[in-house]
Amino acid sequence: MTTRTVVDTPRRQRPDRERRAGTPRRWRQRLNRWDVKYSPYLYIAPFFVIFGLVGLFPLLYTAYVSVFDWEIGSTDPELVWLENYELLLADEQFWKTLVNTLSIFVLSSGPQIVIAIALAALLNARLRGPTGWRVGVLLPYAASLVAIGIIFANLFGPQYGLVNSVLEVVGLDRIDWQADRFASHLAIATMVNWRWTGYNALIVLAAMQAIPREVQEAAIVDGAGPFRRFVTVTLPMLRPTLIFVVITSTIGGLQIFTEPRLFDALPGSNGGSENQFQTMTMYMYQSAFENFDLGYAAAVAWILFLIVVLVALVNFLLTRRFVSSGEVDE
Amino acid sequence: MLATAAMVASACGGSDETGSADGEGPVELSIATFTEFGYEELLQEYDAAHPEITISHRKTGQAGPHHQNLITKLGAGSGLADIEAVEEGHLADILDKAGQFHNLEEIGPEGVGPDRWLDWKYEAGKAKDGSLLGYGTDIGPLAMCYRKDMFEAAGLPSDPESVKPLFQTWESYFAAGDDFIANSDVAWFDSAAQNFNAMVNQLEVGYFDRQDNLTVERNPEIKQAWDQVTAAVERGQSAGLTAFSNEWNSGFKQGAFATKTCPAWMLGVIEEQAGAKHKGKWAVTDAFPGGGGNWGGSYLTVPKQSAHPEEAAELAAWLTAPEQQLRAFRAKGTFPSQVQALESTELREHSNEYFGGAEVGALFAEQAKKVPSAQYKGPGDGQIQENVAAPVLQSVEQGTSPDEAWNNFVNGAKRVGR
Repeated sequence: MTTRTVVDTPRRQRPDRERRAGTPRRWRQRLNRWDVKYSPYLYIAPFFVIFGLVGLFPLLYTAYVSVFDWEIGSTDPELVWLENYELLLADEQFWKTLVNTLSIFVLSSGPQIVIAIALAALLNARLRGPTGWRVGVLLPYAASLVAIGIIFANLFGPQYGLVNSVLEVVGLDRIDWQADRFASHLAIATMVNWRWTGYNALIVLAAMQAIPREVQEAAIVDGAGPFRRFVTVTLPMLRPTLIFVVITSTIGGLQIFTEPRLFDALPGSNGGSENQFQTMTMYMYQSAFENFDLGYAAAVAWILFLIVVLVALVNFLLTRRFVSSGEVDE
Repeated sequence: MLATAAMVASACGGSDETGSADGEGPVELSIATFTEFGYEELLQEYDAAHPEITISHRKTGQAGPHHQNLITKLGAGSGLADIEAVEEGHLADILDKAGQFHNLEEIGPEGVGPDRWLDWKYEAGKAKDGSLLGYGTDIGPLAMCYRKDMFEAAGLPSDPESVKPLFQTWESYFAAGDDFIANSDVAWFDSAAQNFNAMVNQLEVGYFDRQDNLTVERNPEIKQAWDQVTAAVERGQSAGLTAFSNEWNSGFKQGAFATKTCPAWMLGVIEEQAGAKHKGKWAVTDAFPGGGGNWGGSYLTVPKQSAHPEEAAELAAWLTAPEQQLRAFRAKGTFPSQVQALESTELREHSNEYFGGAEVGALFAEQAKKVPSAQYKGPGDGQIQENVAAPVLQSVEQGTSPDEAWNNFVNGAKRVGR
């Protein structure tokens, strides 16, 4: 739209241009040329300016802080170059938090996406009152994260929690959901899944409904059953959406903070008595705001950033590979 | 946006008035507190009595965020209130940054001297260089709370006078615990960390010596306290409930443990958590293993960022005067640290129905006098207590061996001290 008006303008003004001569005409022409060339950049500039201010600048400044021995309140931080990173890579607690983060991430994102696709397939079937069902799966997402955290921490309480009471009723042993490393990860992942599965299911559902009916019908004519159709037609056509879902949940999953933070009964420990469910973000928070070591926390932040990029990339490639094995569209 | 503009405007207004602080233009004072100090009415009254002063009160729900904000803004160099409240557990971090606070002995009003407060309370507010950074507000003298009915059922003495020998020393306390659990199926105490903190706080030298060297590894008294507590845990005396967690709250309702280390303010917590069902079952006695102790209480400080330090110090001095502290006690139960307030009949006759009508005012006033001299707290003291000792003791309750946990404790303390 904009471009056309811009291009149109000189044409309408042609008589005018012929009457006048010399500099003004050339000046206007030049202005027009600039307008066509540069205006679009001006229109999209606000985003980049804001991104630069609130996204890029903090990112770079964090990198800057990470090469200092910078304590909150210290007036003259000492430049230590890569010492924070060296300390970090030799820090047992850091590796522990990395393993915790990946474990919670796999336990949450994996089942979450599989269940979301299954849910979406079910919601895509002919149902009475489809909107009601669809809104229903989104409800957990609308609940307050803090409330969910408190409720789940209660459910998984080692002594008076509902989950353990149920386990006992069915004759199983109680599990100390906070002391045991794997159990705590499982409990936290449950919290995450409960909240995000419906959200992802709706995104996948939207993509499913965008698949042209003709393709499905053609498959039916070819004699493909529902399962076969799902695997060879639906899934491959969902690929871009799945890549989106996988990447957003990678970013969210690796930055997980609130759920494990609220799962902890002890305000000071920050991720269990022996950090059995401390995530990287929690470690970063602890370094910055409990140990007041900003430089170290900045180093954690940067390593986390690199890991997120790496894992997102791997997931992108994997998703592309796996989902395209149906060989329908390529 | 509007808020920012308003802030900038008021900040400018503030600096304009610095020159006329001698009583002409209005002076804006802000005070930042956390949880309940009981100051609402007092501040209104002060405001009304001083037409040249307007007071704004910033109140934070929890202590943690309040102190985080405090340290962060100290670092940023602006944004603090004229009066900042500091809790005892975080005081060491503030004393470490003495240069950023006013010495109240210098800028405070005349006649507000050491004799207003209990000795140990006053001394603890002083930085290494001897400057006084905070006026004491309340304290948390320790006594022992216990379940009368459970003591009876287990065959232990149960009225407040006859239980005292059990709570004489930590040895007698843990020995009584053995007797108790042999005849009962509930635990003796709620959480190992709660007892350990009290024990370490009673020592003459705590986690740091006066040169700020970490003592954890070579202080035999800390190790002794550790061994006593962890042994008691291994013998099954601990309910293993993290203090202030939901499980802990449930523990009160279910009657999961028989004794509880009880600073004055804990009575309110017990009443709220245990509920009407247990009224009269809980009792409190003026004895605490190893003498006295203190847990909690705060100070009012005046940061150098304040534009009106003298007016701020005056308000802080007024708020921490015995009369006002007594009113705060009446409003929110914050137990006074001022000698005169502790002697007042109003406080001494204060009794608690929930605890069988015990005269808790007099009881805690006596306990406050038993507190030994103020222990020196190095920078990071509170972090070691909260972020290292508590989790590590919790891990013992969850099954880690005391030896392994001790190593974790020493390493964790070293990391904080680094």
